[in-house]
Amino acid sequence: MGLIKLNNSRCKSCYLCVETCPKGLIKKSDKTNRLGDYIVEFDDPKGECVACAMCAKRCPDLAIEVFK
Amino acid sequence: MQTVFSVPKVMKKDFKFTFCPGCDHGVAMRLVAEIIDELDLKEKTICSSAIGCSVFIYDFLNIDCIEAPHGRACASATGVKRANPDKFVFTYQGDGDFASIGWAESMHTALRGEKVSAICINNTTYGMTGGQHGPTTLMGQVTTTSPFGRNKEYYGYPIKMAEHIALCDGTAFSARVALDSIPHINQAKQALKKAFEVQLQGLGFGFVEILSSCPTNWHMTPKQAHDRVRDEMIPVFPLGIFKDVTAE
Repeated sequence: MGLIKLNNSRCKSCYLCVETCPKGLIKKSDKTNRLGDYIVEFDDPKGECVACAMCAKRCPDLAIEVFK
Repeated sequence: MQTVFSVPKVMKKDFKFTFCPGCDHGVAMRLVAEIIDELDLKEKTICSSAIGCSVFIYDFLNIDCIEAPHGRACASATGVKRANPDKFVFTYQGDGDFASIGWAESMHTALRGEKVSAICINNTTYGMTGGQHGPTTLMGQVTTTSPFGRNKEYYGYPIKMAEHIALCDGTAFSARVALDSIPHINQAKQALKKAFEVQLQGLGFGFVEILSSCPTNWHMTPKQAHDRVRDEMIPVFPLGIFKDVTAE
């Protein structure tokens, strides 16, 4: 089971991670960071994440770290 | 827990990329940083940074950098490398810098077979200055200085950098990669590593052209911009390795 850690201060709301996750585990959030960008949140209640790290490789702002 | 992916060690502490949302410069710089970590080059690396969005590499990577005049990153890198042959020297440039104002310096660095590596981000426009027509602008593409689209009668044709550099005898490695999808990002990392290794082996000039998106100046969302790279740029700028002396 994988886990991702989001660095909200680096996120610029491009949502490429949302498009990239093959299991759709990253969702747009209604919360904002200090810049006023609507950040994303990791929602994996069933433990589906396999730590493929595609979201982290896609993220242009290095805002995602992946663990398993 | 085991770390699968984290920020490369060579990135500066608490860095924040200042690029527009969805800009692929961050991915390209991350790949460069990962390779510097993997090859343990941090202490011997000198980067020759260019003018344009690419200039900010010195704000994010904890390496020595020299700021070259516009287009002269390859010329500055030549001087740095000749004065310090034991250092690892690379340039990080955009297409306007490498292929427009700096084309003479870039190509002659390849012709001389300088033992440096050059990275050029091709986003078909001048990103930092507001999206003007550049040497790589696609046929029909509307920019602020080609409001009716690029046409061959007035503007000519886009330059294919990787093929031109591959024709130079001093070039050891020349490739074109893209950052529009995860498989292409993985291929880009392999090509960048190869371009770095030919320098370390003293074989000659290493060059990688990276097809990148510019969502802001293309007036697209980041996803649409990556689709454009796939559907419009790659057919014009085919991906591949055009020269690799280690494979010959």
